[in-house]
Amino acid sequence: MGDTLIRAENLACVRGGRLLFENLSLAVAAGEALRVTGPNGSGKSSLLRCLAGLLPPAAGRIEHPAKIAWLGHENALKPGRTLGQELGWWARMDGAQARFALGLETLGDVPVRMLSAGQKRRAALARVIASGADLWLLDEPGAGLDAANAKALSAAIGDHLAAGGGAIVVTHGETDVPGARELAL
Amino acid sequence: MNFWRLVSRGVDIGAGGLIPLVFFVMVASMTAFAIGPDAALLARVGAGSLWVAALLAALLPVGTLVAEDVADGTMDQLRVRGIAVETIMAARLIAHWLGFAPALLVAAVIGGAMLNADVPALVTGLALGTPALAGLGLVAAALVAGARGGPALAGLIVLPLALPVLIFGSAGELRLLAASSLVVTAFAPFAAAAALRQGDG
Repeated sequence: MGDTLIRAENLACVRGGRLLFENLSLAVAAGEALRVTGPNGSGKSSLLRCLAGLLPPAAGRIEHPAKIAWLGHENALKPGRTLGQELGWWARMDGAQARFALGLETLGDVPVRMLSAGQKRRAALARVIASGADLWLLDEPGAGLDAANAKALSAAIGDHLAAGGGAIVVTHGETDVPGARELAL
Repeated sequence: MNFWRLVSRGVDIGAGGLIPLVFFVMVASMTAFAIGPDAALLARVGAGSLWVAALLAALLPVGTLVAEDVADGTMDQLRVRGIAVETIMAARLIAHWLGFAPALLVAAVIGGAMLNADVPALVTGLALGTPALAGLGLVAAALVAGARGGPALAGLIVLPLALPVLIFGSAGELRLLAASSLVVTAFAPFAAAAALRQGDG
């Protein structure tokens, strides 16, 4: 059991006047992963946003001593800029080196608007991998990935865990998270 | 430093390039055509109509200024990195101003001469007043991010609020203009951030 990367106690989340979940507690330590599953609208994304500090929970508290890397539904890449410019810019914001992980090496000069949905998703994941953050919060990271890249993503998460990182992954089952505990909402 | 990275990215992405400039010059020449070649009349209305043109040029990118970053996840990515929304908005404000104002100041020399206005006074006034126009635009952009009919709504919000700046500017009340511009510019990032936080819940 390594250091705790995130701990949440008695969380409750209300969206649009509807209670999504309550009394939810979780903790992820270094080297651990948590897979969050559940039907559409059960509050998986809201939970992840709470954990990232993007959404104030209705009740409960969250401690995250670790640096977070975030992957939301959107990829946060500007269509008019090249992939190299975008990954380079975000890497500088993170004080890290840009890495064209997941087979993006040859696409650095391509404007983001020319990339396919799967390539953009891989780029957003490459930003997470390059960030050097301890805790990865990934919301359906496998959306739009082909089988080979889904496997590469699982391997990247595995490497991250082996290096002492942690991950919380929201998935409908398309992403295999090695050695993950499961949290069903 | 990360703040200036945010600014330069904002300038790069907002690159409407010469659009605000061309827009400004076109409005100025439209005014000249609409009013006719009466030099005395043009001199009287020239500065005022250039101020209206400046206001409209500042409003051009307001529909996407903040909404795009919210919709494409950029705002979330920045916030997760511990950057305060106020800081992000302040960077956006500077980038927005850089995106239209310097070019507009140059164009005001041409436009002012075309409308027979007092060019040095006009350019000084615009230099002092455009930060306020940028600030109001930013607040409106944050308010309408995620709302339907965003750009049109942003116009409705900014135009009445821009009234004091417009009055002081076209009347040549430079000290009052500078004061109101300072207040608007200083508060705009906080107001815009508060407006964006409304969307969190």
